[in-house]
Amino acid sequence: MTPFVADVLIPVGKIVAVILYPMVMVVVMIWLERRVVALMQLRLGPNRVGFQGLAQPVADAVKLFFKEDIRQRQADKLLFGISPVLVMASSLLAFCFLPLGEPIRIGTYTLTLWIAESPVGLLIVLGLSSISVFGVIFGGWAANSKYPLMGALRSVVQVLSYEIPLGLTVLTVAFAARSMDLVEIVRRQEASGVWYGFLMPVSFVVFWISAVAETNRAPFDLPEAESELVAGYHTEYSGMKFAYFYMAEYAHMVLVSSLVVILFFGGWLAPFPSVKALDFLDVVPGFVWYLVKLMFFLYLYVWIRATFPRYRFDSLIRLVWKWLIPLALVNLLVVVLVRYLL
Amino acid sequence: MELREYDLNMGPQHPSTHGVLRLKLAVDNEVVLGVEPVLGYLHRGMEKLWESLTYTQVVPLTDRLDYIAALSNNLGYCLAVEKLAGIEVPKRARYVRVVLAELQRLASHLAWLGFMANDIGAMSVLLYAFEAREDVLDLFEEYCGARLTIHGIRIGGAVRDLDTPLVSRIRAVLERIPKRLEDVRALLDENRIWKERTVGVGRIAAAAAIDYGLTGPGLRACGLAWDMRKDIPYSSYDDFAFDVPLGTNGDVYDRYLVRLEEICQSIRIVGQALDGLPGGEFTAKVPRVLKIAPGEVFHTIEAPKGVLGFTVRSNGTDKPERVKMKSPSFINLQALDHMCRGNLFSDVVGILGSLDIVLGEIDK
Repeated sequence: MTPFVADVLIPVGKIVAVILYPMVMVVVMIWLERRVVALMQLRLGPNRVGFQGLAQPVADAVKLFFKEDIRQRQADKLLFGISPVLVMASSLLAFCFLPLGEPIRIGTYTLTLWIAESPVGLLIVLGLSSISVFGVIFGGWAANSKYPLMGALRSVVQVLSYEIPLGLTVLTVAFAARSMDLVEIVRRQEASGVWYGFLMPVSFVVFWISAVAETNRAPFDLPEAESELVAGYHTEYSGMKFAYFYMAEYAHMVLVSSLVVILFFGGWLAPFPSVKALDFLDVVPGFVWYLVKLMFFLYLYVWIRATFPRYRFDSLIRLVWKWLIPLALVNLLVVVLVRYLL
Repeated sequence: MELREYDLNMGPQHPSTHGVLRLKLAVDNEVVLGVEPVLGYLHRGMEKLWESLTYTQVVPLTDRLDYIAALSNNLGYCLAVEKLAGIEVPKRARYVRVVLAELQRLASHLAWLGFMANDIGAMSVLLYAFEAREDVLDLFEEYCGARLTIHGIRIGGAVRDLDTPLVSRIRAVLERIPKRLEDVRALLDENRIWKERTVGVGRIAAAAAIDYGLTGPGLRACGLAWDMRKDIPYSSYDDFAFDVPLGTNGDVYDRYLVRLEEICQSIRIVGQALDGLPGGEFTAKVPRVLKIAPGEVFHTIEAPKGVLGFTVRSNGTDKPERVKMKSPSFINLQALDHMCRGNLFSDVVGILGSLDIVLGEIDK
């Protein structure tokens, strides 16, 4: 392989891929959500544009692109413009650190299916996903209107509260793997032969609940509760800026679901490695396994949304401070003790 | 930072004010200190308009008041006019009216269930409830061709007779609805989030409810058995056996349970009315131009949303001198402020939903 290919083409290709991949997943997720919720609710959902309506999100994005970009006179111009970008960029950036599959060998060259491998990858991803909170509060504040402000306040309180159990459960994984490197965490799960989701079910459950809350999704979708706050922090946004918020929300869901897959369900690993009869599962590339698991969790998001009513703000906060955080703390203590003794 | 009380404007363009209602909320952070409904965005001057129309021409306009339960308005107005003119309605017509009115109650309560669940965030329930409502609306369509503004009741009787195919179709629908309600109840009744959002929320004591003049399911959720069909029976309602479901706490959850139980009772009443459908005419002989000697009556019925009253004053011509409507939504809405005080902003939509208001009837 020539140096030109290895040093220029492949990195550029990866950069394009890391932007395209979340976008494609966002389109798939929007379609999945609208279609699956529709079927659960005895409706048809979008089924006209493209195969089974798959191109509907693209059509929507194109429509939003041509819409007027309304700027309120009372809005703070700078913050109003920055916040959608901030939300979107922080979500996309985190995808650089996600390992999507087994490294592929091409001759002497090893093609890794991630852009950056860092010994503190887990921390970076969590940090980046928290930055999006700034986008939300800037957006809600800059609009200089009451509903967005209330939405933004709710969102910040909610995300900050749920960050704590999220961090505590992530710590248990880090302890179990003795690493914060996402690739290393998957490798450890491969070596130990059991995925951490089964080893530490409490961690997984707490992480998942916090993840749904962190992404502001039903039943924790208070910041944008449409029956109360119209649309929450992005009420005053229109056109492409609104589309950025909208897509960032879905990108965030894909990101968090990817994290669940990587931390708790072995990332790109095939299931049942110890069962000899199921060896043929290894033929399927790791990336496909990763996608299958990812789709399952994305589907779970949709399923939850179609089933539950919305929490009220006080009970939402009560849930995290009175139940999830103590549970996560005890869980952390147990994991640390067990890990220390073994 | 010092928190300051501020006003929040909700509506008239807001997804969950059920039409063009505007609420002026005084809030401290997210705690509601007071609610002031601002009305009039849908005012069409109905009552004045009626004075320039003949008695018969008024009937289709009553459809446009509570358009979720159009037929109940027809019934209320027609009963008042019949009382004023001394028209005797044949027994079969009275039974047909009961069947239609109870089907209308079903449709209205099902629509309420969907809207209210959607306000609280249970999106799927909206569609499940509307599928059941669709079934009932199909019956109306077969009966008279219209689905929403039905205009199915005329002065002296009904617009059409119930024929055998329609009767069997009604029975089939009545059998399907409880099954669909079961699905909804499985999703909501014991759901922790649903109960947190409804139990103890928007409470009103029986005494306060009477002071505000609350009627309908909202009043019965406080434990007061006040139902016009039982207490001042009209249109042969005393022929049928049915219960008046009551709540105990007067909160949103009880209003929800009361309405669900009323759906079951309506199914019971329709079943009995179809079984005992007497022979005879489906409408009385009413002169084409109805002239009523001077007089004034007030007549009330139990509409799905509460007690609906019509005052009709005649002056000897073919047009009413004055028609005044006592609309349940308008009066029930007054209690909103009382129910919302001290609750969180999020609960305002739930409480408003539990009141089951229709703006067509409030603004008239």
